[in-house]
Amino acid sequence: MSEIEGIYTIWLREIIRYSRDKSRIASSFIQPLLLLLVLGSGFSFVRLGSLNYQTFLFPGIVVVSLVGVSIASGISVIWDREFGFLKEILVAPISRTSIFIGKALGGCTLALIQGVIVLSLSFILKVPLTFYSFLLSIGLMALISLSLVSIGLIIASLIETIESFGLIMNFIIFPLIFLSGAFFPLQEAPLWLKIVSLLNPLTYGVEAMRYNLIKISFVPFYLSLSIISTFTFFTILIGGIAFSKRK
Amino acid sequence: MNVIETFSLTKKFNDLIAVNNVSLKVREGEIFGLLGPNGAGKTTFISILCTLLKPTSGRAKVNGFDIEKEQNEVRRSIGIVFQDPSLDNRLTARENLEMHARLYGVPKEERKKRIEEVLKLVELEERANELVKNYSSGMKRRLEIARGLIHYPKVLFLDEPTLGLDPQTREHVWEYIKRLAERERITILLTTHYMEEADALCDRVAIMDYGKIIALGKPEKLKDKVGGDILVLEVKGKEKFLKEIRKIREIKKVHLIGNKISITVKNAERFAPKILEFARRNKIVVEAISIRKPSLGDVFLYYTGREIREEASEQKEVMKRRVRFL
Repeated sequence: MSEIEGIYTIWLREIIRYSRDKSRIASSFIQPLLLLLVLGSGFSFVRLGSLNYQTFLFPGIVVVSLVGVSIASGISVIWDREFGFLKEILVAPISRTSIFIGKALGGCTLALIQGVIVLSLSFILKVPLTFYSFLLSIGLMALISLSLVSIGLIIASLIETIESFGLIMNFIIFPLIFLSGAFFPLQEAPLWLKIVSLLNPLTYGVEAMRYNLIKISFVPFYLSLSIISTFTFFTILIGGIAFSKRK
Repeated sequence: MNVIETFSLTKKFNDLIAVNNVSLKVREGEIFGLLGPNGAGKTTFISILCTLLKPTSGRAKVNGFDIEKEQNEVRRSIGIVFQDPSLDNRLTARENLEMHARLYGVPKEERKKRIEEVLKLVELEERANELVKNYSSGMKRRLEIARGLIHYPKVLFLDEPTLGLDPQTREHVWEYIKRLAERERITILLTTHYMEEADALCDRVAIMDYGKIIALGKPEKLKDKVGGDILVLEVKGKEKFLKEIRKIREIKKVHLIGNKISITVKNAERFAPKILEFARRNKIVVEAISIRKPSLGDVFLYYTGREIREEASEQKEVMKRRVRFL
């Protein structure tokens, strides 16, 4: 009972903090919007069969928009440690697992809010959205963001200082995004790029989302779905262990 | 009844023994002080008692609960004010308190009442809805004390409660702590390297050095141990003077601290003229002389031959800063 209250408390804190941070909110919306607008319009001459590039790009952007928020919210544990608040949570009478779950659900919620807003651009882009595909999108986004928050928490328990934060964000987030097949169709990519992209777990998130929204994909939908589910399961497991093992 | 009991508690970090075989008992309702220089192991000791660190060997009980086997019960029994701030700066004071109350499972009907109660206690009611970011360090410390009390702990741990506070705020915090102990009848275990603080606040003091308890008792009793008054002299020709005064019977102990000589004697007022006369006869120039009653610092000196120095902490700070720049 008190564990659930604890999880809720940690979750609530994430939400309150996010709602106060205006610049974070603004930047997290502007980024996907810019990508969609600039890339979508810039490459509007590209046609993929009957699709225009912007429509092709859209599902990828929905997924990519989750990456920053999710990883950042996992990694924010470093800040809690630096500013001492982590100690307050660690001596409270709740288990480490509950703290982990609260953090993960908090990050996941923030990512979902962002994802749904990006998803709502489908009306402008005239990408048809049914009730079913909307629900499936939510499910996919939850899976993807849970694994990303866990990755953030794993990173946070591995590194000691805030100084390495920027470096890590650049080293992880950019390759993760650009090699996810969000920006180009994998079937047209050269072999090396195909291989590298298929090694990137985010690719399967993008693929699944693309199939869900516009019914095309390079990797079969159920294969993508099982790969991201498995990946999410293991990142949560490893994240949970890393988090509770740490002092 | 003993609220805290430790049995041969020991904590090793690789080769360093931070807490060395400490056994002590803290009684219900008392303010108990751990006095010692920086690095004596005080914070490590507290961290073990509040379940943040596991002991290497030994056992401890807090409020009757074993610190290793009954972690959650121990955690529910204690409130902690850490040495470094541990508030969420982006939340308001009230939100910080609410969060804490929830984490400790304070029932919803109770929460609001208790929050008002503790806010009043530390006189922060009027600024409760401000972000903690805008608080001064004294206010933050008060808020942390308030937070530590919301779940009605049996024991309150205060780790260096006035470190880095200005003298005025420090006295305020002292007052709060005293009033708390009286009014709420909770047991307080505090660590400090300020001997005035231990003297002003504590019913009993344990002096800690290199992880060991080297003396324990009421402050007055400990000071009595020193065995008299303290006479501090500054002289020209220390070596000769030190050699000569060995001959004087009344002197109980002599310490050389920097360029000052500290002498322990039974009755310093009557002894002072004698030593001046003695110096004159031996052609030693006395530049300054002062007399005082022994402090807990002298007790530390008595047992260790060293002073509790504050420079040590400043040095550490400088080191930290340097490391950060690298």
